[in-house]
Amino acid sequence: MDPREFWGKSTKFWLCLILLFAVLLGFYSQDTHSVVLQRMQLEKKESSERDCHLDTCRIPEVPRLVYPKAQLLKPTRVDVLVMTPWFAPIIWDGTFDSAILDAQFRNITVGLTVFAIKKYVVFLKLFLETAEKHFMVGHKVNYYVFTDQPANVPQIPLQEGRQVVVLEVRNYKRWQDISMHRMEMISNFSQQRFLREVHYLVCLDVDMKFSDHVGVEILAPLFGTLHPGFYRGDRQSFTYERRPLSQAYIPRDEGDFYYAGGFFGGSVPEVYRLTMACHQAMMADQANGIEAVWHDESHLNRYLLYHKPSKVLSPEYLWDEHMLRRPPLLRKLRYVAVPKNHAEIRNR
Amino acid sequence: MNIPVPGMNGCMANDSLQKTRRLCPPRVYVENWLSVSYVPYYLPCPEIFNMKLQYKGEKPFQPVTPSQYPQPKLLEQKPTELLTLTPWLAPIVSEGTFDPELLHRIYQPLNLTVGVTVFAVGKYTQFVQHFLESAEQFFMQGFRVHYYVFTNDPTAIPRVRLGSGRLASIIPIQGHSRWEEISTRRMETISQHIVERAHREIDYLFCLDVDMVFRNPWGPETLGDLVAAIHPGYFAVPRQQFPYERRPLSTAFVAGGEGDFYYGGAVFGGRVARVYDFTRGCHMGILADKANGIMAAWQEESHLNRRFISHKPSKVLSPEYLWDDRKPQPPSLKLIRFSTLDKDTDWLRS
Repeated sequence: MDPREFWGKSTKFWLCLILLFAVLLGFYSQDTHSVVLQRMQLEKKESSERDCHLDTCRIPEVPRLVYPKAQLLKPTRVDVLVMTPWFAPIIWDGTFDSAILDAQFRNITVGLTVFAIKKYVVFLKLFLETAEKHFMVGHKVNYYVFTDQPANVPQIPLQEGRQVVVLEVRNYKRWQDISMHRMEMISNFSQQRFLREVHYLVCLDVDMKFSDHVGVEILAPLFGTLHPGFYRGDRQSFTYERRPLSQAYIPRDEGDFYYAGGFFGGSVPEVYRLTMACHQAMMADQANGIEAVWHDESHLNRYLLYHKPSKVLSPEYLWDEHMLRRPPLLRKLRYVAVPKNHAEIRNR
Repeated sequence: MNIPVPGMNGCMANDSLQKTRRLCPPRVYVENWLSVSYVPYYLPCPEIFNMKLQYKGEKPFQPVTPSQYPQPKLLEQKPTELLTLTPWLAPIVSEGTFDPELLHRIYQPLNLTVGVTVFAVGKYTQFVQHFLESAEQFFMQGFRVHYYVFTNDPTAIPRVRLGSGRLASIIPIQGHSRWEEISTRRMETISQHIVERAHREIDYLFCLDVDMVFRNPWGPETLGDLVAAIHPGYFAVPRQQFPYERRPLSTAFVAGGEGDFYYGGAVFGGRVARVYDFTRGCHMGILADKANGIMAAWQEESHLNRRFISHKPSKVLSPEYLWDDRKPQPPSLKLIRFSTLDKDTDWLRS
C-alpha cells in the first residue's frame, strides 16, 4: 500500500473523530477539574507538610529491623506507672526500644535551646561536650545558645549533622528575670527561625550535664519532665503557685504532676504556644504586681495541667545526685545537675 | 488559652474552620442508589491513587477545663497484668489504663465525628441489626457517629433506631460468589469510599466486622492516628507461631524473626487520612498478589499485618476490643467490649 494513500481522507476522518472523542471524554470526566484543584492543594499541602511535625502528619515507615518481641502478658516495668490516664507514655528505662524509635524518627532535626547568661557561660563547655556524647546521637541537632557574651561561647568539636547557633540576647539584673524571660525569647525565635529549621524543640537548663542516653524516645508534640523532688508526693504538697491572684494559680485539689522548668519541649508550634502563653501570663502577673513562687516553672505547671503533655519524662531525665538519694526505680541517670554555688553564680 | 498564631501554616488548624454538615434528624435513611462503576480488579483507579485529599484541619491542643479527678499514682505497687506501652511507645488500651471521664473531657469539645464501616454482603446482612443496636448502646456515646453499611442487597438492611447525632448510610456494592473475594475487596472499597465521601464527613474512622456485637463501652480511648487491635487467638504466643503469610512470593510475606503482635482484621481505624493511606497500601499489595496469582493465607488480614509491621500503629487495642466468645476469658482481660457472635461460619460463607 502506498504510504501516501494511508493518510487518505477516510483515515483523517477517523483520526479527527478519535480526537473529538478524546476531547469530549476530557470534558465529561467530572473528576478532571477536581483533580486539578486537588493537585494545587497537594502542592500547597506539601509545602505546609514540611512544617508538620511527625506525630500528626504521617505514620512513619520503618525498614526491616531485628528486635525482641514485646509480650502482652509481661509488662516491662511493674514498679512504676508507664502511662498517664490520658495515654501519655511516661518514659522510663526499659519501656522503649531505641532501634524502632530511631527508625521512626530518622530525617528529623532537633533544636536544643539553652541559656548562658552572665556567669552561666561557664557551664556551656561541659553541657555541650556531654550533649555530643548522649543527646540525640545519630540525628541532626541544632544547639541554640542564647547568651549575652557570644565571644565566651566555647568551641566544641561537633559530630556530623550538628551545629551551634549563637543567639545574642540581653541580660537582666535579677536571676529570676533571666529565668522567666527565657519563655519570651524562645517564643520570639520560634516564630522567627525555629519553625523553619527544626522539627522539635528541647528547652533545657544549662547548669547540667548529660550522663546517659537522651534520644528520640522523648519526642512528642508536647512533653514535660517530672521534677525529681516531687515525683513521690501528693498534689497538695506540690509547690504550685497557690495565690489566686496569679495567672499560675492551681487549686489544692488539682494537678497531675509537678513538672520541672528545666526540661520541656515538643514540636515547634506547640512549644511556641506554650512559651507564648507563659510569657503572656508572666506579663499579666507583673502588671498585677505579683511574681509566681517558682517563676517560669509555676507557669509551665499551670500550662501543662490544662494542656496535657503527650509524653512525660521520668526523673531519669532530670536528677540532682547531691540533693537526692538515688532510688532503685531509677535505673539510669541521664541529665543531672552540676554542682554550683548558688549565691556566687546568681545576681552578679 | 486559645492563642491565635498568625503567619504559621502547617498542621495547626484555623480555629475558624467552618463545618458545613447539617445534623440529620435521628433516623436511618437510604442513600440514593450510587451507580458503582466497577473497575476491573487489576487496574488501579488512577484518580484515586494520585489524589491528595483535603482533610479537615489538624487540631492544635485544646485546653482541658479544670476538674476533679484522682491524682495519677506514679509508684504503682500492684503489678499490672497487661503491657500498657509498645516498644515504640504506643499505648495499649485496656481497662484500668485510662480515665474515661478525663478522656471524654479532652475529646468532647473537639466536636468529632466518628465513622464506622461494616460490610454486610450475602447472608451477613442478618448481623446488621444486632451490630447497630449494640453500637447504639456502647459505641462512642456522646459523639457524632456515622455508620457506613456496605451491602449488595440494601433491601435486606433493617431500619434501626439511632440516637441523636448518629446517622447510617447504606452503600451498595457488588457481591461475589467467593467469600474470600468479598473479604479482600474491603480495603479497596474503604479507600475509595474515603476519597469519594468519608473524608468530608468524619474525623476518625473504624473499620469493623459486622458479625460482632458491642458488649461494653467503646469510647474515645480508642481514638488515635492509626489504631490496630490484637487478635484474641494469638496474644500469648511467640511471633514464629503467628499465622502470617509465609510465602516470599506474596507482598504480605513476613519472615520468621519479624512481627510485634498479630493484629485482627476485624478492627482497625484511626484518623481518616491515615486509614486512607493504610487501606490504599494494603490494596496495592493485594493487587500485586492478584497479578502474581496468589492469595494471602488470611486474605486482607495478612496484608494488614504486613503493613502494621512497617507502619506501626500509634495506638493498640488489647483483646478486650476484639474478643472471641468461644474462648475462656482470662483474668488479665477485665472488660470484653466487642466480641464475636456465635455463628455457623460454613453456612454463612456458602
